[in-house]
Amino acid sequence: MLSAVELALAVPFVTAMVLAAAGRWLPRVVVDAVAMAAALTVIGLLGVVLWRAVRHGTVVVWLGGWGPHGGISNGIPLVADPFAAGLALVVAVLTVAALMFSWRYFTEVQAIFHVLMLMFLGAMCAFALTGDVFDAFVFFELMSTVAYVLTGYRAEEARTVHGALNFGVVNSIGAYLTLTGIALMYGRTGELGFAAIGERVRAAGEPDAGLLVAFTLLCTGFLVKAAAVPFHFWLADAHAVAPTPVCVLFSGIMVELGVYAVARAHWTILGGTADAVLAGFGAVTMLLGGVMCVLQPHIKRLLAYSTISHVGLLLTCVALMRADALTGAAFYLLGHAGVKSALFIGAGMLLNRFQTVDETELHGRARGMRVTSCLFLLGGLGLAGLPPGGMWLGKVLAERAAEPYGWWWFTVLGLLAAGLTGGAVLRVWLRVFHGAGAAPTRHPVEHEDAETAEPTPRKPLPMLVPGVLLLGGGLLTVVLPASAVAGGAEVFTTGYTEAVLYGEASVAPAGRPPSPWTFSGVASGLAGIVAALAVAALGVWGGRLPQPARLGTVLRGLHSGHVGDYIAWVLAGIALFAVLTVVTR
Amino acid sequence: MSKGVNGVRRLRLCLMAAGALGFAAVFTLAVLGLQPFGGDVHPYGDRAVRASLLRGTPNTVSSVNFDQRALDTLGEELILVASALAVVVLLRMVRREEEDEPGRHRYGPADVFEALRVTGYALLPVTVLVGVYVVAHGQLSPGGGFQGGVVLGTAVHVLYLTGDYRALDRIRPVPLFEGGEAVAAAAFVVLALAFAGLIIPMNAVVGVEVGCAFILVLAKFFEQALLVRETG
Amino acid sequence: MAWAAYLTAGWIVLAGFYGIVTSRNLVHVVVCLSVAQSATYLLLLSVGYRWGATAPVFSDIRPGRPVVDPVVQAMTLTDVVVGATVTALLLALTVQVSKRRGTVDPDALRTLEE
Repeated sequence: MLSAVELALAVPFVTAMVLAAAGRWLPRVVVDAVAMAAALTVIGLLGVVLWRAVRHGTVVVWLGGWGPHGGISNGIPLVADPFAAGLALVVAVLTVAALMFSWRYFTEVQAIFHVLMLMFLGAMCAFALTGDVFDAFVFFELMSTVAYVLTGYRAEEARTVHGALNFGVVNSIGAYLTLTGIALMYGRTGELGFAAIGERVRAAGEPDAGLLVAFTLLCTGFLVKAAAVPFHFWLADAHAVAPTPVCVLFSGIMVELGVYAVARAHWTILGGTADAVLAGFGAVTMLLGGVMCVLQPHIKRLLAYSTISHVGLLLTCVALMRADALTGAAFYLLGHAGVKSALFIGAGMLLNRFQTVDETELHGRARGMRVTSCLFLLGGLGLAGLPPGGMWLGKVLAERAAEPYGWWWFTVLGLLAAGLTGGAVLRVWLRVFHGAGAAPTRHPVEHEDAETAEPTPRKPLPMLVPGVLLLGGGLLTVVLPASAVAGGAEVFTTGYTEAVLYGEASVAPAGRPPSPWTFSGVASGLAGIVAALAVAALGVWGGRLPQPARLGTVLRGLHSGHVGDYIAWVLAGIALFAVLTVVTR
Repeated sequence: MSKGVNGVRRLRLCLMAAGALGFAAVFTLAVLGLQPFGGDVHPYGDRAVRASLLRGTPNTVSSVNFDQRALDTLGEELILVASALAVVVLLRMVRREEEDEPGRHRYGPADVFEALRVTGYALLPVTVLVGVYVVAHGQLSPGGGFQGGVVLGTAVHVLYLTGDYRALDRIRPVPLFEGGEAVAAAAFVVLALAFAGLIIPMNAVVGVEVGCAFILVLAKFFEQALLVRETG
Repeated sequence: MAWAAYLTAGWIVLAGFYGIVTSRNLVHVVVCLSVAQSATYLLLLSVGYRWGATAPVFSDIRPGRPVVDPVVQAMTLTDVVVGATVTALLLALTVQVSKRRGTVDPDALRTLEE
């Protein structure tokens, strides 16, 4: 009998294959229902797994009965600690939301969209749950392959296929560098499991330069997926052209899984104290993402750059190498998943109504769309850190965790990221839904096709409901039991090897993280909102102010859409990352 | 304008050169930390060989692929399915395009030698037989589902080489192969998760899947190249 | 030299990178990506090599005879399939880029940043 963990992988994959075989003969509503049922089943299964992991400790399943003897095994484990199971659950929830958004309306080819969504779900769950490095590479590739197709799904548009191709080439190069790192790591340790590699590395004493390089290469693909600067170029290209339900999954969880994999590898293989190099990459990512976000008139690209900025913050949290920072990161991730998904759904509503998501084109045209307007307002405030939203809570906890290191810049950059990204969204809200600021001189923009075959009704409930629910979830993440999340972070950082190799799963002591409801905590949230309002006001009415136009042109010029540029940046980035890591440790 | 492009190109090359220097340096460092080429320390490999022989699988690579690390192969099979579906989606007909009837153009039969055509027809069954053999012997000898599947998938394309696109089009109805590929992949998911180690059926299923996927992918590229026209 | 095989892999990675960065044709880009990937085959197989060993297939040799590491061979096999399928996918995208934009020169493709 298969365990719940295995079933959570089997259900989406087998259902996807059944739909692939029979989809062309099934009516649309059946395809929708079957896919939805499968995703809901996965939610149920992962809910059970998460419950067990929180209550009784990490659930470890060795496939095919190849369990370890004396800490040594030939097989592959699936490791459902609270974080891994929780992330997989987020994947499943967002998949349900995305399927709801595409219910009935989304243009479909032989049920292949649903097949791909289910495969994407299974691949991301497997990637989160696997305890083996090479297996992580395989499912990384599966998730990437599916992601390229989903990006290029509307193949009749030039920019779509161009964006998907850039995405594919950059991510593939990243994956191959990861595989290079895996091969080097295998050569060093003779093992492929995260836990087993970690044991060998620790047995060999302080890691030398060669091992550090192997480690950095191993992380490259994950950093590309996490869109850390300078590996981030693909992200905006892909998000701008991918269908809305796909963007929900990309921004909500796929990109964050890259950060998760870096964290997993870092704790199991290298360990140690704060990683200043990774933090540096995270800091630059936070800042550049925020600046590019403000410079954008294309709403989906704008949201994509804001994701880059937020992922930078998550990377910096990981770089702190502390359990309490990870608690903050977990809340931040959950809040971001809800809020950003809702914003993408809002953007999708605009796209289907007006066939464009260009802020200038849309100036004042969406006055009647009240619900969507609310999504943008609350979403923008949520990104800026509106208490009690998950992004506020997470950021406050992470700031506390950074204090002992004296990383004051973390608070500053966190504020900037919140202000810039939240402000950009609020600016869109003011201009698109209220016609604020001077009406722009219309310039011809390449119109995009709607994602729906027939015009959507005025209030398309299946599209709006997931947006509203996700936004609510993102803003109310605070209701989650904080001690369980903190316990999850504790299990993530200690006891992985014991649980996986020796079957000694432990339940972490349930200490509550410090309350965020202090003066400084609330002030941090309000400061973000004030900054965001200032950025939005400047964007709408500050047109006459002297602008650093040259910087903007240069920055946007760097994001050229030229695949050669992107790959040159990847190579330079990985060299820099590895050299700095070797020099500083 | 071309001056601008050249300038950008030079900058790009400089960035690449800097990255390449750094990469070369750190990669050399990493490599010097490995055991010298051909060394004797392969703990996982030795364990895998022992486990394979204990289970009576002479081809230890098959044992790793279909038994000890079956989940890797599951992911790999699904990647194959995903990319076959990808090609179906990406190379579908979109607005402003139409497809010609396969018979409207004569793709060559007149242009090839009779001898070549006869050889092609004769080779088809032989190639299929070789494919089946390679799949079936995966447990014992080098080969298996992937390798045999590729042979099977390319076998029918011997017909194209003989210059007869219509014959090729007749013997590979696309929906059939889509279905076959998906059913085989579903079977593999179940086998890999619940019955890992049944190497002969797993090889067979993989052979079917790989063969179908290759035929599907090539079919779509052929259609794009030969039949799909823009209608202006 | 004991490390030549490994270093060759690094060289091939860089060759692939150089090809992509300087490429004037997207088909060439995709092929260069495969070149970069083939470095991983070489690296994996080199890491698993053992002097004087034979293929890890025991249908015609006796158990006990030294064999090369079968795990890296299995990984390479997986890697080959991944590479082939990703190449097919990217070529399909290239076909569509060429049809929609009328060019496969990365320099001639318009930026997506507008």
